[in-house]
Amino acid sequence: MSRFRLVLDPTACDGHGVCAELLPEGIALDDWGFPIIAAGIADDHLPHARRAVSACPALALRMVRTDRHGGP
Amino acid sequence: MTRTAAVPTRPAARRRPTPTETARLLPASGGPTYREHLDRVGPLPAAGPGLIQEVLESGLRGRGGAGFPTGRKMVAVRGRRGPAVVVANGTEGEPLSAKDRVLLARNPHLVLDGLVAVGAALRGDRIIIAVERARQDTVAALRHALVERPDHGPVIELVQTPSRYIAGQETALVRWINGGEARPVFGNRIYERGVAGRPTLVDNVETLAHVGLIARFGAGWFRLIGPPAEPGSMLVTVTGGVDRPGVYEVPIGSSLTQLLGQVGARRVQALLVGGYFGTWVGGERIAAVPLSAEGLATVGSRPGCGVIVALPDDVCAWAEVATVAEFYSAHSAGQCGPCVFGLEDIARAVRGVLAGDPEAEAAARHWTAMVKGRGACHLPDGAAGFVESALDVFGGEIADHRLGRCQRPHHGYLPSPAPGDWR
Repeated sequence: MSRFRLVLDPTACDGHGVCAELLPEGIALDDWGFPIIAAGIADDHLPHARRAVSACPALALRMVRTDRHGGP
Repeated sequence: MTRTAAVPTRPAARRRPTPTETARLLPASGGPTYREHLDRVGPLPAAGPGLIQEVLESGLRGRGGAGFPTGRKMVAVRGRRGPAVVVANGTEGEPLSAKDRVLLARNPHLVLDGLVAVGAALRGDRIIIAVERARQDTVAALRHALVERPDHGPVIELVQTPSRYIAGQETALVRWINGGEARPVFGNRIYERGVAGRPTLVDNVETLAHVGLIARFGAGWFRLIGPPAEPGSMLVTVTGGVDRPGVYEVPIGSSLTQLLGQVGARRVQALLVGGYFGTWVGGERIAAVPLSAEGLATVGSRPGCGVIVALPDDVCAWAEVATVAEFYSAHSAGQCGPCVFGLEDIARAVRGVLAGDPEAEAAARHWTAMVKGRGACHLPDGAAGFVESALDVFGGEIADHRLGRCQRPHHGYLPSPAPGDWR
């Protein structure tokens, strides 16, 4: 697993499904067509993950580093 | 239970009573006025940053449902730049919960003291208390209490919220205070940027009432009752098939069986613990479980907001479960796909169980698993947890419905209040 993971804003997502097409290794679609995101992204898949982020029509997907966190 | 007989007689010379009895939040005597409040517990000492350490040591956990350590939330806000905002959450969206409004009616100044003390400890420059707009009796009681307070105290703003199950969820509440709709916001860390973009602490009103006492009597006093890992008393709303429904104050870790005896529960089929956001506990397991997070975890439950519904064994459990499944679907904020579609499908599957559809149980489990963790707030998790525990506890009744032999009536212990507007 890489140092990155995908974060989906479920309030922005409209279920277009482009992300699941571009990154089937890390994103599945549920019964209603909304993406289910895997826990991490394998290094080999990072370029595809970046494309999935860029291609989201709703700008609902972003990539964050897993080593950054904070809060209660 | 409030043990009025255990109230120690205190020397007349003593200025500040240090109540060790269970009646901490709901006083055994005296009314809600500021004068009566001061007579009971004495003046609020000037609070500073030292209060944070005291609350950490007290082991106080939030009483709104999530049970997060209150001191750690304070630390998270203190660590941020800029003046903080402190919000007392009295919105009480759980349909059967009454403990927050009973507390605000009977002891409003203890809540306001906790709010003022936390505000001072965090050097907050805005202090807000939020209650549901539909509860105008609570609004009136608070207005009355606010004008009674001494002039040298900080200004406390009173905010009224729409009647939606999740309007009191902290990101939804902050969004509402900021002038938006009372719907949850994804990924919003309010301890960094909350009300007016400032570090914001939202605490349940009961939690703050405990702080109002910890500020006076200290962490050691607070820990005199309850288990070491979960000290203190808690307010519970007991309802359902009981002779004396109402709000009671009990030590955490006390016996559920004893509580049910005291409220006059009749032949209990199962308990719903934690309200609609909670889970069912089968009647045969109640005796083994104390009312604490640790105890309830052994049966997959938790105290949550303290709502306990006793379901008698002569009513149809699935009719009650179906009502709540519909409630969840109706109260989705409509923002997240899995919530909008998933809660609708879960409600349909539960209706299927009620109608005896042999496929319905598997469908319900399929969809509850699918929605978990996929909303901006925890509404889908609440629906999934509620329905899954029903499937676990009322398995025999599923067969009864499939074979068309459930003769028990739908009583309606669990209501489904219609959702109000978002603004």
